[in-house]
Amino acid sequence: MHSKPKVIWIDAVGCNGCSHSFLNLSYLSSLLEKIDLLYHPILDSDEFKIQESDILIIEGALKEDFIKFGKKLEEVIEQLFIHSKKVIALGSCASFGGMFGEGLIFNKENYGKYYTCKNKIINLPGCPIHPEWLGYVLDMLINNRNIILDEENRPKEIYSYVSHSGCVRNEYFDWKVDAEDFGTKEGCLFYNQGCQAPFTHSSCNKILWNEVSSKPRAGIPCFGCTERNFPKVNLFKTDTMMGIPSKIPLGVTKRAYLTLAGVAKSLKNERLEQRLFEYEEINNKNRG
Amino acid sequence: MKETKKEIIMNTALTLFAKKGFYSTTIADIAKEMGMSVGNMYNYFASKESLAKELLMYTSKRFGDEIRKINEQNITSKEKIEKIIDLYFSMATTEPELVDYFMRVYLSNKEIFNNGCEGMLCVSAFVTEIMIFFEEGVRKKELKNQDFFVAFGLFMGYIGGIVFLNNDGVLPKPLEEYTKDVSENIYNALKA
Repeated sequence: MHSKPKVIWIDAVGCNGCSHSFLNLSYLSSLLEKIDLLYHPILDSDEFKIQESDILIIEGALKEDFIKFGKKLEEVIEQLFIHSKKVIALGSCASFGGMFGEGLIFNKENYGKYYTCKNKIINLPGCPIHPEWLGYVLDMLINNRNIILDEENRPKEIYSYVSHSGCVRNEYFDWKVDAEDFGTKEGCLFYNQGCQAPFTHSSCNKILWNEVSSKPRAGIPCFGCTERNFPKVNLFKTDTMMGIPSKIPLGVTKRAYLTLAGVAKSLKNERLEQRLFEYEEINNKNRG
Repeated sequence: MKETKKEIIMNTALTLFAKKGFYSTTIADIAKEMGMSVGNMYNYFASKESLAKELLMYTSKRFGDEIRKINEQNITSKEKIEKIIDLYFSMATTEPELVDYFMRVYLSNKEIFNNGCEGMLCVSAFVTEIMIFFEEGVRKKELKNQDFFVAFGLFMGYIGGIVFLNNDGVLPKPLEEYTKDVSENIYNALKA
């Protein structure tokens, strides 16, 4: 029998949000039994030391002259990196720099310090990461399975979807009916309220959070946290240019999208133009 | 083959509508002008109403295709404005029936188009290109970011109005001589 993979989880510059998110994994205890967790900032583990690992998880961003364990963070990461077989850049900070600093392979606009070692790194952006995304990657690595990555080193199994896939508001998106007020159950959040789901690579509406919900389902726009340019400003407002959303759904030309949107809006879906409960009432009255 | 014939019928209809007015022109008039039987005309268009809608899509596509060519050029928004206006005024001069149909039939007789041409349905080829022109102008920071319809109304209302004045014989100079000044005014109103 093979020995368990040795895992080191190091927290760089960040908020530990990904650690906390991971604690919500429904099968956390059984997953932990399959690994030898040498160090974790929150979970029980031995004292930190530089040592070899099969999987190095880096949570948080890199930053020059940041002190960690009494040493420069950069040197700690470098030593751990050299002595690891596979590296997971966990969360938007480690993947792209995010809120706090520099990413491993990428920064918001440039390449990061570890770009030349990118074959060893799997990016798992998200602010925080979905616990099941990390669960999936760890399971695949534990079982020596190949993980297919996209051009930003994100697993395609998770990030080839967009956050929009599976959103319960898709009917409103299709018929171009906006949610005019914050917090309503009806309406699409893409046109006014800043939702970035149609062009954000993630499976938030496919693999639900805590197995029950997602931001758009709960009435909050997708913040685009798995993308390189996260965070943008004005997260609750759609960027428009002459009234037209400045970013459009992936895979279509602007011309095609505007044509389709114009047709859908012109045809009007009356059921969706009003509150769902009110529509039922009118129908009942008519029937009565 | 049939499509070409359809186009000839549409162009004939446009000419007659411009000359006699939409309501005074019958399918029989168009057939007579074409040298076709009325029965054969109905093989191409089921009714005058369906002809009217197809004509709207046809004129919209004609405008849209031309504006698309302008949109795809690597020039400034200011230059694009002048080219779009030049296009519109040229079409109003060389194919007056096309512009006439758009303004006098479509915009003035919405009841014909309520069933099947609501909103953008039949004019999307044209409106989409204007949207793309505006959006790209804002993206390049050449045009001011404002409400689409405020800009659209200013643009189309203005040039439509000038063509109207021209058609009524009010303008003292030929239409194309207004291109530069009108373009300048529209640019000043839309620029960033």
